[in-house]
Amino acid sequence: MAPDAAPTREGEAVLKVEGLRIVLDPSGIDIDDDVSLVIHRGEVLGLVGESASGKTTVGTSLLDYQRRGAKIAEGRVQIDGQDVLAMDQRALRGIRGGRISYVPQDSSAALNPALRIGTQLLEILEVHGFGSSQQDREERLAQMMGEVLLPSDKQFLRRYPHQLSGGQQQRVAIAMAFANRPKVIVLDEPTTALDVTTQAHVLDTVRDLTRSYGVAALYITHDLAVVSNLADRIAVMYAGKVVEVGTRDELFDEGHHPYTRKLLASIPDITGQRALRGIPGWAPRPGQRPPGCAFAPRCDWAVDKCGEAFPPVETVSPGHEVRCWRQQEVGARGSVLQAEAGEREAVLMPEDDEQVISVRNVTAFYQHKETLHGITTSVAQGHCLSLVGESGSGKTTLARCIAGLHPHKIVGDIEFEGKPLARDARDRSRSIRQAIQYIFQSPYSSLNPRKTIAQILSQPLKVFFDLSRDEMEDRMVKVLEQVALDSSLLSRYPDQLSGGERQRLAIARSLAAEPTVLICDEVTSWLDVSVQAAIIELLAQLQRDMGLSMLFVTHNLALVRSISQEVAVMNDGRIVEYGLVDAVLEDPQADYTKKLLSDTPTV
Amino acid sequence: MPPLLKLILIRIGLGVLTLLLVSVVVFVATQALPGDAAKAILGREAANKDRYEAVKEQLGLNKPVLQQYVGWLGGVVTGDLGDSLAQGSPVTGLIGRRVVNSFILVFVAALVSVPVSLILGSITALRRDTKFDTGVTVGSLTLAALPEFVIGIILILLFATQVIKVMPATSRVDSGLPILQQLELFVLPALTLTLAVAPYITRILRASTIEVLESEYVMMARLKGLPERLVLNRHALPNALAPALQVTALNLAWLAGGVVVVEYLFAFPGIGSLLVDSVANRDMPMVQAITLIIAAVYVVANLTADILTILVSPRLRTGLR
Amino acid sequence: MSTPEIRVNDSELVEPVAVHADSRPSEWVMMLREAWRMGRTKIGVVIFGAIVAIAVVGPWVAPYSPTEFVAPPFSPPDIPTTWFGSDYLGHDVLTRVLYGGRTVILLALLATIIGLGLGVTLGLITGYARRWIDESIMRILDVVLAFPQIVLALLFVSILGPRLWLIVVIVGVSHAPRIARVARAATLEVAQRDFVRAAEALGIARWKILFNEILPSITSPLLVEFGLRLTYSIGVIAALSFLGFGMQPPAADWGLMINENRIGIVIQPWPVLVPVLLIGILTIGTNLIADGLGRALIGIERDTGVG
Repeated sequence: MAPDAAPTREGEAVLKVEGLRIVLDPSGIDIDDDVSLVIHRGEVLGLVGESASGKTTVGTSLLDYQRRGAKIAEGRVQIDGQDVLAMDQRALRGIRGGRISYVPQDSSAALNPALRIGTQLLEILEVHGFGSSQQDREERLAQMMGEVLLPSDKQFLRRYPHQLSGGQQQRVAIAMAFANRPKVIVLDEPTTALDVTTQAHVLDTVRDLTRSYGVAALYITHDLAVVSNLADRIAVMYAGKVVEVGTRDELFDEGHHPYTRKLLASIPDITGQRALRGIPGWAPRPGQRPPGCAFAPRCDWAVDKCGEAFPPVETVSPGHEVRCWRQQEVGARGSVLQAEAGEREAVLMPEDDEQVISVRNVTAFYQHKETLHGITTSVAQGHCLSLVGESGSGKTTLARCIAGLHPHKIVGDIEFEGKPLARDARDRSRSIRQAIQYIFQSPYSSLNPRKTIAQILSQPLKVFFDLSRDEMEDRMVKVLEQVALDSSLLSRYPDQLSGGERQRLAIARSLAAEPTVLICDEVTSWLDVSVQAAIIELLAQLQRDMGLSMLFVTHNLALVRSISQEVAVMNDGRIVEYGLVDAVLEDPQADYTKKLLSDTPTV
Repeated sequence: MPPLLKLILIRIGLGVLTLLLVSVVVFVATQALPGDAAKAILGREAANKDRYEAVKEQLGLNKPVLQQYVGWLGGVVTGDLGDSLAQGSPVTGLIGRRVVNSFILVFVAALVSVPVSLILGSITALRRDTKFDTGVTVGSLTLAALPEFVIGIILILLFATQVIKVMPATSRVDSGLPILQQLELFVLPALTLTLAVAPYITRILRASTIEVLESEYVMMARLKGLPERLVLNRHALPNALAPALQVTALNLAWLAGGVVVVEYLFAFPGIGSLLVDSVANRDMPMVQAITLIIAAVYVVANLTADILTILVSPRLRTGLR
Repeated sequence: MSTPEIRVNDSELVEPVAVHADSRPSEWVMMLREAWRMGRTKIGVVIFGAIVAIAVVGPWVAPYSPTEFVAPPFSPPDIPTTWFGSDYLGHDVLTRVLYGGRTVILLALLATIIGLGLGVTLGLITGYARRWIDESIMRILDVVLAFPQIVLALLFVSILGPRLWLIVVIVGVSHAPRIARVARAATLEVAQRDFVRAAEALGIARWKILFNEILPSITSPLLVEFGLRLTYSIGVIAALSFLGFGMQPPAADWGLMINENRIGIVIQPWPVLVPVLLIGILTIGTNLIADGLGRALIGIERDTGVG
């Protein structure tokens, strides 16, 4: 899936952004500063950044729009030489949805729930005066629907948004954006809420349409893998500033900014050749960014100068620009993936393979609907089994059945060390509840925001052990050390931690129980890629050092190589393929696994 | 059965169930509480054995409780609410005209307060943080705090007694004249009700409109280049309709309770003032009838709003999960 | 079911909170502080404090006895002897005003506490219990909700007579469904969070989870609710007195004073006007406090991601 067309850098510049600064209103704190971008006709520019990098804010400001709480402070946004930010309301309405259009992240929220999709599609043609008659517009509508591979019959157009699937909703939003044959299109993480297979289709559509209409597209995403196959050029944002711009090859082979390089190294590699390396720390939010280069505190190359001033733009080669004081030295390290990540060490295969958890012929229900159909699988002592599947595949349900957290009907046998497990965690003995620990998907939801970190950690200690105050304190400090958190955090509240730190704390809480089995449910899906890599490293190390058995639930097939020995691929409540990780990924047997593999974006 | 019809029938069923339970509460409170209802009604007169037995007989207190309830409910359903203890004639005949008066009062107050609060609520949401918004918000916060009799008395002092005497302080309806010729009698009571309920409704509506205006789909409508008129009329306001309906029901239900104090204050001849008199006179059949009517207004208003909400929300109407 | 990769995209637009700042007070204290920063809360507190002070200290500073004949009925004010004139029985209006606030404030507080206790308990149970328990309790609460508060109170007063304990209980009970709805909504929201799952997985008892995990998470909205319900309690209880079903003569009570002296409003408005204004100002005060707390709550929720 490599880009099949050469970058059209020499084409005419359609969109020019210069010195854009966006601030929080009323505090005036910078969200974005000094953002300059150029996009040419027929070109896709990928704008990549982690959370709080200010990428979405840049996207809507190209249409001179800001949500409440933010405003554009300075800069220019030119489309064909006309400054969008200087336009009056009337002119602005004329170009929004006309010459420049927008595809939202979450179409399920962006489509009006009270209007039929036909109405919502037609109105964008009507207000911009497309064609000369209603018939022209209806023809165009049918054509658009065809282009995004949706039916265009009356019945479909009479549906309401909630009667469409997530992928269909996103296609409607894309059709809407291309309706008036715009010059510029802003796509704001349009596939983030979708499963990989749906995402692959939507990406294909976007690629085809931008090429065939010669649109200048800005594709905003947190996922470098997604844009690496789609974008002609990529701009990397960090803490509200663009730190490097270049083609895919320029960035991947000779990235000159440390952040670009580290970010690439933190992307899980589905081919399994290189190691996964996280970036320590986290991306600072507006108002908490250090002076100078905001990446300096996380950067191996940082020198004193980096904390003093933000470097100017330097041109590595035409079109490849970077903002780093030490870009020459950094760039000289050569190919990013080899230099920064290094080769992957194989996941060890423990000799002991006694079954710790075994699941036989388990069928589970949600209300009255059967969601798991006769699952049989097992986790061996000291092994990690990855459960991979898309949303609705039943992977979380299975994990929760084992953890005793599925409050609905379950049929079949679930055993722990050869003894049957009660369905409900409450009905299990204390020693079993202690042995099996569950780590939840979202650390924003799994930690009680009203409790201090000490209170959170003391909960399992109080339930499972009879400890004195001092012993308790010692244990807490110990588990915090195990997850690389400072014990000075004990009196803080979870909201004073970053997302990655919260997940570390959640891991620490489960370690406090001194478990033998750890169930990790999508534990990285709420985290930035760079933080995800660090958490995976931590989990792999803990599992190895403590000899834990682990069930690792994920939607991301690329992650499983870095952590597990075995993998089970799930689809529609069934395990469609099971085997050793390398065997399954290198020689998949089930069609579904093959599809999942080919649809998973990779760098 | 079509899912839409089923959904509506379930709602109606629940409404009927609520009404039934309401009647139980009314019955229990007035007739079946531990203690001797007849004695409570007669007070010192209870010493008079004949009178005492007569009241017991009239209320049916000699029968088992369940039988009493069934008999009473049967009467309610067939429109026989018993005889007033204070006036000796059937309750139905006594309250008919008063129900009409109260209805007109509530209707007038709703006719003013619903549109006013809808308009103020949406304008303040649209002009958020302007001086107008702040003014209305502070004003409605203040007014919403005031009990209705406080507002009523201030109005009486302002317009009927102390400052400018343009209005009658009390609403002595002349039963000889058609009600429409005595509209000035409605002005102060209706104004009191309006001032008491409108600020509350305005605040709720402002909040729900703001939620709609900050939605992704309204943002999307703007990013599609739609004129502001279309953004509001087609995208924002229809989605604010469901909350507006709920709020209107709330409004009506509130007014049904508000009439009690306001009618008493203005001596307005409606069921509210009659309820106060009946409680004072321990006229149980009358109390039962009026509380039932007021609770029924609440249940029916809410039920109607629920059904209308289903009909205006495609997500509910098309019955898909 | 899991949803992959859902992120909070707007995190950029939130005003910063200090990550890793020194340990901060609990969010409860933060809310009170935030509320106190708002002018409206200060005004509300000052008003409420002043009126409560009048009601509490009043009887000690009153110039006369509340049942002492000081001037012919409905005499106009005569400074310095009778500042607000006399009432329908010739008692001093100022004295009766100074005596007449205690009961309404006390009863309103009691009724609100009863309503809050009952409502929160029901809300917690319905929000975290099995579905059939939830549905049956909510159905019963719907029935109570069908009666306007004043009508419910009148219904019970009609047979049991105007007793103060009854009024307190009925007003409290009539608050319960409204408070329960708020508490239930908050509980449902919190109960589906994973920290509740985490506690369940540890095998902690349900009632302990309710009180240790869920209740602390919903106290802030309940504090707002308390302010709001106190406002309504004052209104309803004063209204019952005004209708003649609260305190009985010869007691001095603001609501009762309004009722007793209404007939003389044209010649001597003070015995009506003064209690009316005091009740009105008191409810404005409690409502301002409730509003300040509510606004502070929204701010804190936004900053800490706590809901």
